Amino acid sequence: MMAGTPRRPSAFNIGSLALGLVFLYLPIVVLVIYSFNASRLVTVWGGWSLRWYGEFFSDRAMLEAALMSFRVAAVSATAATLLGTLAAVALSRGERFSGRTLFSGMLYAPLVMPEVITGLSLLLLFVALNAERGFWTVTIAHTTLTMCFVAVVVQSRLAPLDRSLEEAAMDLGCDPLRAFLGVTLPLILPAIAAGWMLAFTLSLDDLVIASFTTGPGSETLPIRIYSEVRLGVKPEINAICALVIGVIAFVIVAASLASKLSGGRGDSTAPL
Amino acid sequence: MSGRRIFARPARLAAIAPYLWMLLFFLVPFGFVLKISLSQTAIAQPPYLPVFDPGQGLAALGAALAALSLDNFRLLVSDDLYVLSYLRSLEVAAVSTAILLVIGYPVAYAMARLPQRLQPIAMMLVIVPFWTSFLIRIYAWINILQHDGLLNQILLALHLVAAPVVWLSTDSAMYLGIVYSYLPFMILPLYATLARMEPALLEAAGDLGASPRRAFWLVTFPLSLPGVAAGVLLCFIPIVGEFVIPDLLAGSDSMMIGQTLWLEFFTNKDWPVASAAAVLLLLLLLAPLWLYDRLQRRQLETAR
Repeated sequence: MMAGTPRRPSAFNIGSLALGLVFLYLPIVVLVIYSFNASRLVTVWGGWSLRWYGEFFSDRAMLEAALMSFRVAAVSATAATLLGTLAAVALSRGERFSGRTLFSGMLYAPLVMPEVITGLSLLLLFVALNAERGFWTVTIAHTTLTMCFVAVVVQSRLAPLDRSLEEAAMDLGCDPLRAFLGVTLPLILPAIAAGWMLAFTLSLDDLVIASFTTGPGSETLPIRIYSEVRLGVKPEINAICALVIGVIAFVIVAASLASKLSGGRGDSTAPL
Repeated sequence: MSGRRIFARPARLAAIAPYLWMLLFFLVPFGFVLKISLSQTAIAQPPYLPVFDPGQGLAALGAALAALSLDNFRLLVSDDLYVLSYLRSLEVAAVSTAILLVIGYPVAYAMARLPQRLQPIAMMLVIVPFWTSFLIRIYAWINILQHDGLLNQILLALHLVAAPVVWLSTDSAMYLGIVYSYLPFMILPLYATLARMEPALLEAAGDLGASPRRAFWLVTFPLSLPGVAAGVLLCFIPIVGEFVIPDLLAGSDSMMIGQTLWLEFFTNKDWPVASAAAVLLLLLLLAPLWLYDRLQRRQLETAR
């Protein structure tokens, strides 16, 4: 092989990567810094303070919305992980079965489907079923959306996995279920954990689908934040956003630690 | 009989629950959108629609069929507001996707050329913002772009402008927000194809006398086209129906179709017209969705 000419990144490569990353992170960093601003005027720096965090914790409506969001995210992420993992197993190990094309189509489409369409169609279903709108309708809607992400994450881990391991377990007398639980499941566990956390954060984040499927009196955090943001920038919103970012950062660090501890490769966290 | 085949049968059974779930909560609801889009606006006043009641038997079905009408669609194609918002959605999505490709490609290319041990870290750094709330990231930009926000403060301090520039409620702000939000969706599929590429191919091109630039356009770029297609579709399709970003960052003089649909639904409470707009949006996206489905399937199911 020639002395490594093609692989070394050029100055242009490093520059574009650095610029790209600065572009991605700068606004978030600015937001977090400003959330500690003591001044009521968002744009004037008045020294460091935790004042707006205190403000958030005394805002009842905001706290209730946050609680609602966390409950929806926890329940829907768990249901989505269960359903999404089953779907991934069926798609990557089930060989051919009838309706497979429709099945995979239904699983991949919501990943890119504009949320206004998904939200509207689910709402019309709930109205037709005469379901009372609130916690459960939002949870079902979020489960539907996020199970597709879980399925893709788990499937991308299952597809390259060596099948001879499962086959060896069965040659040694395991039935398929035991072979799956004893051999396959431990190997894809990091991807399942990553899928759960992705589903959790996606649910916590969603505004459009929740707006369509929720009922009066049960607002999620993004709905609440959105109605405040439309009225302009407020220091309290900066604090809430910084808190949400903190929670998500914690979840990501926990995810990568979990995947390290269980010996998984980091790439299973890739959402795409 | 091979273990693979024995394993396949129970694996297929795993499909039952998610299959039924997606049928009920993804596919069937489109039927309702279609049905409501064909119903009369007048009889569909809020908050609840008169919904077809199977308990009333065939007579009700006949009445429901007789009430179907294409009026909502006629309204959509004859009213400038809707036609313009469809066109604007396509334009915004096309322009943003082009910008995303121009910005995302060099970043993905640089990631693929990093030393092997740094690549997972770079990938993680690109993914993390995707995990962070969409709404919050747009809000972060409002902080920066507003009248006396950070950007204007910096520009004024550097004496680059004499008076604060209006950034918010402009198309530039909207494009910035879209590019910012969708950049990871463009970078990751591009990186995935570029990272898999055999370096020996470039060496061969170099040995045969191609300059690095020529080698890039003759070898690297054509081979990365599947990644380009994936990135483009992954951005283009959702941007066409985007609501939050144009609503918070763009001016109110022209709307995208997602905003129009939202307005009809939440403000005008006209569910049939909103449904008809959704059906037309879906028709518009059918071809790109089909392409995307094929790509996704090839990528995930023909195992490496």
